[in-house]
Amino acid sequence: MSARAVVSKNRPVAMQRQVLQPDGKLVDGAQPMEEEFLLEALRWMMKSRLYDHRVIGLQRQGQFGVYSPGMGQEASIVGSAMAVDPARDWMVPQYRELMASVHHGLPLEVISSQYLGKIGPARIPEGVKVLPTQVAIAAQLPQATGLAWGLKLRGEDSVVIAYIGDGGSSEGDFHEGLNLAGVTKAPIVFFLSNNQWAISTSRRVQTATRSFALRAAGYGFDGVEVDGNDVMAVYAATRAAVDKARKGGGPSLVEATTYRMSFHNTTDNPSRYQDPKDYEEAKTRDPIERVQKYLASIGLWDGKKDEAWTEELREENDRALKLAAEAQPPNPDDVFANVYQDPPLRIVRQRSELAGGQR
Amino acid sequence: MAEDKLYRVALREALTEEMARDDSVFLIGEDIGKFGGAYRVTDGLLDRFGPDRVVDAPIAEEAIIGTAIGAAMLGLRPVVEMMTINFSLIAYDQIVNNAAKIRYMFGGEAKVPMVVRMPGGAGHQLSAQHSHSFEVLYGLIPGLLVVAPTTPEDAKGMLKSAIRSDNPVMFLESMSLYNVRGPVPDGDYTTPIGKAAVRRRGSDVTIVGVSRMAVLAHEAAKQLEEEDIDAEVIDLRSIRPIDWNPIVESVKRTSRAVVVEEGWATYGATAELAAGIQERCFDYLDAPILRLGGAQVPMPYSLPLEKMSIPTAEDIKRLVRRTVGKREVDA
Repeated sequence: MSARAVVSKNRPVAMQRQVLQPDGKLVDGAQPMEEEFLLEALRWMMKSRLYDHRVIGLQRQGQFGVYSPGMGQEASIVGSAMAVDPARDWMVPQYRELMASVHHGLPLEVISSQYLGKIGPARIPEGVKVLPTQVAIAAQLPQATGLAWGLKLRGEDSVVIAYIGDGGSSEGDFHEGLNLAGVTKAPIVFFLSNNQWAISTSRRVQTATRSFALRAAGYGFDGVEVDGNDVMAVYAATRAAVDKARKGGGPSLVEATTYRMSFHNTTDNPSRYQDPKDYEEAKTRDPIERVQKYLASIGLWDGKKDEAWTEELREENDRALKLAAEAQPPNPDDVFANVYQDPPLRIVRQRSELAGGQR
Repeated sequence: MAEDKLYRVALREALTEEMARDDSVFLIGEDIGKFGGAYRVTDGLLDRFGPDRVVDAPIAEEAIIGTAIGAAMLGLRPVVEMMTINFSLIAYDQIVNNAAKIRYMFGGEAKVPMVVRMPGGAGHQLSAQHSHSFEVLYGLIPGLLVVAPTTPEDAKGMLKSAIRSDNPVMFLESMSLYNVRGPVPDGDYTTPIGKAAVRRRGSDVTIVGVSRMAVLAHEAAKQLEEEDIDAEVIDLRSIRPIDWNPIVESVKRTSRAVVVEEGWATYGATAELAAGIQERCFDYLDAPILRLGGAQVPMPYSLPLEKMSIPTAEDIKRLVRRTVGKREVDA
């Protein structure tokens, strides 16, 4: 038997629906990621989960803002981010793909200081092609289409990846954004994390369609479904879509089927509406354990390594959080900064009233 | 008899009683069923009335309002919950161009007996997009009734009136008032739409508060007693129509007015109040009418900055001192 072809950063990639099964075994005929590349993916996924645990703890102590963890969705978050090029591609995030933005070049301490209400320290550094986190559901999609269309008009060799969820797909902006992307053949990948929940609203209540990917047909472009808990498959599917967009092939919709293994955000309590059996079932498809099992089967992973990485990543995250905590708090004057290019008289007056101790 | 209850419980009672009384009343919104609503107003109603009358909707505000309008035109009485007033911007066309105009454009042959409940206001670190006070966006529109109750008693009584109304009613709740406790009368009662409430009698100055600012105005007035300032406090309650009579009667007695809202005062609800008072009471006024609103910026996320951007009882007191001609105590 000949050696399997492997997926790497530098070779064309074919769409794959699933590469790695939940038990850590490869699907027959599937192409795995090159080992170093897979280890890199695992590191990012573990970093994401450890960060979630850490900041949820901080939030509970009143030391962090309302937070939406990505737990259970790390393969989708990391696999998709690895498929785009931070040097030229743009990322349009929503609020659950924090580590994708970090992978794309937004320093962890920067995005952390945003959750601490810092202003200057939360500014996206020059050259980082990540839009600010969007919390208005689906509003990012028409904007992402415009960004991609603009890149195309300017003749740039860039692709946009825009994130959305199963819930967000019900908004009018989803339809309008995707439709216009199809018409303009904008270089964009719509990455839909189907995590089965929109706060308490299950995917079945959200839509009667059996597949979100199918909707792409209505907009005149390709839609693919991929195992969203399989980082190798997510990478392959997203890379194939990105490559196609870069070559002028227009938009794609990638539906990553996954499961939200935590709450909507720190104000939520899934025990009110979620069947614990669903959660237990999702655990058997855990995206991180799956990779670790596979790597263990080829001698690249063991308990010792797990411990060492966990400790390193915790320290890495804590360093970023420490920088964020120590970063400069906002000045009262910042309330009035950046409302306009040139502040009108009213703002100038309010600002000076504030400086005099009055509002 | 009246028992003390939370504002959110009073709302829930109104919904429960109206649903029991009238089969045509149903609820639709995001996460209102199993989850009981983002602010727990509809908690338990799915169990009691079932999924046909407590409808968990997809995240599609325009479609939620649009379907409610259609059902209302048929004769049902939908009560929509927008998770927050901020999300109603997506449905603004359906509300402004349809709900508010259908009766008129159909020559009275169709009506839209729909209620849209929506919490608003800032103070919860929900940042620029999710902290709005939009009284004015709806107060502006002929064809809508717009109310903003501030006490549990009014929350229940006005919601019942709104559900029984044959007009579309924008029912503005305040996120910060859900946990306020107050007396709620026993039995079936309604509180009329279109009536302001005098919360405190006074002779030196009239403070008119919109939504939660009426509560702060009351606090400010109590504290001003120590400074020998006797303020009258009027809770506007009804944004559209405005109940001018008690306001005019009061200002004619006090000759001074301060008007307060949480949202932006330029072109705001307080702009309308100040203009209306001036038209009706010009000869009685001894001082310019003063307006207070939030800082005219998108709401900051940072907690200390957000606090600075929202009017406080102290701010109200400062304006009152100015209008009665007292110097700053501490500035």
